[in-house]
Amino acid sequence: MNTITAALGTDRARRPRAALTVLLAAAAAVGAPFYFAPFQVFQLTMVLLYAVALAGLNLLVGFGGQISLGHGAFFAAGAYTAAVMLDRYDTGHLATLPAAAAGCFLLGLGFGVPALRLRGLYLALVTLSFAVFLPPLLKRLEPVTGGSMGLTVDKLQPPAWSGLAEDQWTYFVVLAVTVVALLLARNLLRSRVGRALLAVRDNESAAEVMGVRLSLHKTLAFAWSAMFAGVAGCLYTWVIGFVSPDSFSFVLSITLLAGLVVGGLASLYGPLLGAAFVMYVPSVSQDVSEAAPGVVFGLLIITVMFVAPTGLAGLPGRVLGAVSRRLPRTTAALDRTPEADSVPETDSVPEADSVPEAEPKSPAGSRPATTLTPADPAVVDAEPVGAPPRTEKE
Amino acid sequence: MRKTTALRAAAAATAALLTATACSSQRGQDDQSTTAGGACKGQQTTGITDKTIKLGGIYPLSGPASAYGTISKGVAAYFKYVNGKGGIDGRKVQFIVRDDGYQPPKAVEEARRLVEQEKVFAVFQTLGTPSTAAVWDYLNKQKVPQPFVATGASAWGTDDKHPWTIGWQPNYVAEARVYAKYLKDKKPKAKVAVLYQNDDFGKDLLGGFKKAVAGSGIKVVAEESYEVTDPSVSAQMASLSRSKADVLLDVTTPKFGSQALAADARNTKWNPLHIVNNVASSAAVLQPVGFKNVQGVVSATYFKDPADPQWAHDPEMKTYMNALHKYAPDADPANQFNAYGWAVASSLHKALDAMKCPTREGLRDAVRNLKDVKVGLLLPDVTLSTGHGDAFPLETMQLMRFKGERWQLFGKPVDTRKEFGPLTK
Amino acid sequence: MSAVTDLLQQVVEGLGSGAVYASLALALVLIHRFTGIVNFAQGELAMLSTYVAWQLVASGMPFWLALPVTLAVSFAGGMLVERIVIRPVQGAPELTVVIVTVGLFIFVNALAGLIWSFTVKDFPQPFPDGGLDLAGVRVDWSTLGIIGVVAVVMGVLYLLFQHTSIGLVMRAVACNPASARLSGIWVGRVLMLGWGLAATVGAVSGVLVAPVLFLEPNMMGGVLIYAFAAATLGGFDSPVGAVVGGLFVGVAETLTGAYVGVIGADLKVGVPLVIILAVLLVRPQGLFGRAAVERA
Repeated sequence: MNTITAALGTDRARRPRAALTVLLAAAAAVGAPFYFAPFQVFQLTMVLLYAVALAGLNLLVGFGGQISLGHGAFFAAGAYTAAVMLDRYDTGHLATLPAAAAGCFLLGLGFGVPALRLRGLYLALVTLSFAVFLPPLLKRLEPVTGGSMGLTVDKLQPPAWSGLAEDQWTYFVVLAVTVVALLLARNLLRSRVGRALLAVRDNESAAEVMGVRLSLHKTLAFAWSAMFAGVAGCLYTWVIGFVSPDSFSFVLSITLLAGLVVGGLASLYGPLLGAAFVMYVPSVSQDVSEAAPGVVFGLLIITVMFVAPTGLAGLPGRVLGAVSRRLPRTTAALDRTPEADSVPETDSVPEADSVPEAEPKSPAGSRPATTLTPADPAVVDAEPVGAPPRTEKE
Repeated sequence: MRKTTALRAAAAATAALLTATACSSQRGQDDQSTTAGGACKGQQTTGITDKTIKLGGIYPLSGPASAYGTISKGVAAYFKYVNGKGGIDGRKVQFIVRDDGYQPPKAVEEARRLVEQEKVFAVFQTLGTPSTAAVWDYLNKQKVPQPFVATGASAWGTDDKHPWTIGWQPNYVAEARVYAKYLKDKKPKAKVAVLYQNDDFGKDLLGGFKKAVAGSGIKVVAEESYEVTDPSVSAQMASLSRSKADVLLDVTTPKFGSQALAADARNTKWNPLHIVNNVASSAAVLQPVGFKNVQGVVSATYFKDPADPQWAHDPEMKTYMNALHKYAPDADPANQFNAYGWAVASSLHKALDAMKCPTREGLRDAVRNLKDVKVGLLLPDVTLSTGHGDAFPLETMQLMRFKGERWQLFGKPVDTRKEFGPLTK
Repeated sequence: MSAVTDLLQQVVEGLGSGAVYASLALALVLIHRFTGIVNFAQGELAMLSTYVAWQLVASGMPFWLALPVTLAVSFAGGMLVERIVIRPVQGAPELTVVIVTVGLFIFVNALAGLIWSFTVKDFPQPFPDGGLDLAGVRVDWSTLGIIGVVAVVMGVLYLLFQHTSIGLVMRAVACNPASARLSGIWVGRVLMLGWGLAATVGAVSGVLVAPVLFLEPNMMGGVLIYAFAAATLGGFDSPVGAVVGGLFVGVAETLTGAYVGVIGADLKVGVPLVIILAVLLVRPQGLFGRAAVERA
């Protein structure tokens, strides 16, 4: 938390630089579909779509400290909402987005209530069984969902005025939704809700003592998170144009969680990196070994976790940290930012840079999911800064 | 620090992107599609030249359905074998296999890769109903042939909006009809219990069976489903045994087939006639159960099981065995999926030979106009036939009964088209 | 057969599947007690051990000799996995370790497919064929055998946890590795021991269930989900809970699948979900788990 204040302090000085970054990133994002082949544009679209789901999961796992192995189910719910609306009621694509978002928000809210009682492991496994249960349920509701044959619906079609190809148009629509979703996630985190969430994750009791309404925030975290997954699912239907129950097996939920952790928990770029990993690495694995892509994919997951235990988003910080420690002290002092920049990461990151070779130094602070002990004084000290006022109302 | 890195990276990326766009956009590759001249004027010749033909296939090489991935090895071995003999009509086949892990979105990605990046002539085989259903709209829109998909759903033949897609193996409804006919002849008052996989495969077969026995004395008295993710079907088998049915129709995939056969053998109080569907009828499924436990089990087939000694001296089987040893040494020739791959690839060979124009359109029309085409690994009386209003290449199967250590074919091959009329939606 | 015998027969089937779930759940509980993590790869390691046993038997070794060899190999293998795969991420966020086990799951599954193919293998049945007939209810020897062995393993684990110094040591390690290290416990060794033991228990599970489920690389995938359910229901740190949870889940899903028409066999997987949710809402630590007392 104290790092946030540090970051805020220098915010003004950074603004032009940040604006330039954003501008360049935007230029790249807008230019991409005009440069890359349609197939690659499709891949980028899928990356964006998964990034939305991962950003939602990040709210819950990274910032809320609750593990969900059931987000594939919310993803499926969003996808099916869109598909059923398109298939049965012919509503047009745009109408499906708010419906999927609202539906999944409510679903998440419903799930968030029992989730309050559960923590860590137990929550993870209950959500996992939800994900296991959904495909047979979808098959059972055949009159609505099309049963195990699934539903084929229209993909997004570019309007004539745009002059764009189908893949480009789809890309831009998904890009727009993704940008809005990611900004929403960011603002959510900077708002009271986000600060409350962080406080709850870092030390539940302390947060409660300071007036954070635990149950409300934990339930809301679930609902927001489910909403993002639902939006991603809706985009999925737009892009793929086909849903079937077996596309949303529990493997999807586990893949999402793995993608998030590989990308980087509690990081703003993490979801994008994780989505790229989920999207590209399986194909790369096949290029390496056609006989058994799974062997390579499994190894790559393990390797990434070895190299970047806090996820890919934390990697540059770790590398720079390691480098600056080896360089003369002065250089490191000039570059005072590595810590400040790693704000969104788990608390133990700055001091645990050398995790792989060292024995655990702060075992407690780095466990967002399970019981937390106040072993890390920094966490407790930092609380007052970010904690919302007692009288907080939503 | 990271902001600076990000800034530099973004700047570099943008610069690279702009330069690249200015110089040569990758999008331009799109226009490289080629068309034929002469009699076949205007037809697409993408992926085919006088010397080569490029095909792509999408199979689950990873994930829960990887057992079927080995089909690609049978297919690849066939093409390598043909290339060794000079290729198909002088064209060497290049066969690109991609992995979709049995996930529809991945199948879409790989289909696009094959069509847009690899510029394949045809997507020869997508495996599984979900993956096939996910890509057929795209492929038909792109006018890329999708011949002989590796799934028996009846949708591929009854649909009229996707002329570029066609199935190969006898569809599940046709298979159900074979069993229905057998029961009508032999056990007209049969009470049938059904164990089926809760997906398109199980539902299609069960639905086809119910329709085929409608109005006869045969009744389905109990049905139990299982999910592919279930560990075992023993509970379902216990439920079915309560029905006291005298026939058990076992619509399962290999592992569950073994489990069901074993559960049936264990239960000495209930001894129905066990009909196991073709997918789970390989000797490789029966052998782990113990041959003594599967005597008298009935199934139907259309191609020669490589694990079955009766085909050991069949010339095509010998060719297959030798070629597999040579070109796919890590694949088990006795695995029926490899033989399936070989058979479907040789069927495509016949279709390519029959093309009037060496174009995508030519292939599309050729696979829909097959007249009693014989394929070596298919049973002697089973041939490929399609035509106007009939988009099911294989609709004939022959019944077989397990005796001693092997299947014995019995009765005449059942042409379900003749017996039941054409299949409609 | 009367309705009552029918019912009892279904209960027996349920106990049979329940024992299968319980056998793997015991390994999950064991590793959780030692290391505090959920091991997604536990089932796949068990499957790999089973292939080792199969390979030994297939190459001519008698089953009863192959079994102890397999258990020894699994123990060593489990320790090796901890040393090579888990140690490097020790101290990283807990989820990182969990995802490493997911990677291990994918790796081992594909590796087994690469080596032994996906064709179903026949695994020797250690128990005699046939079974008991108790007033019209058929109980296979194999079901009884699985339940018996699971009970023995449960007993051993219970003794290990409650009545040996190892039990105390590993509880300390699982709770707080740093403090454990400070009090002179060789944490690395304890964790290796945990992985080794869990792999051994997993191997027992794999060898037990392989004759029933038939050996192929995805054999344990489905079991893992149910074993999770069993362990969650019973409480993740209690061997007794794992077994009771497993049997309960097995019986409950079988009965509802068979008798509640609305649910049927396709939705029976939802039954454990509902039960678990209901139980956890009352007892968040599971039926037999100990509530984590936290110092906040």
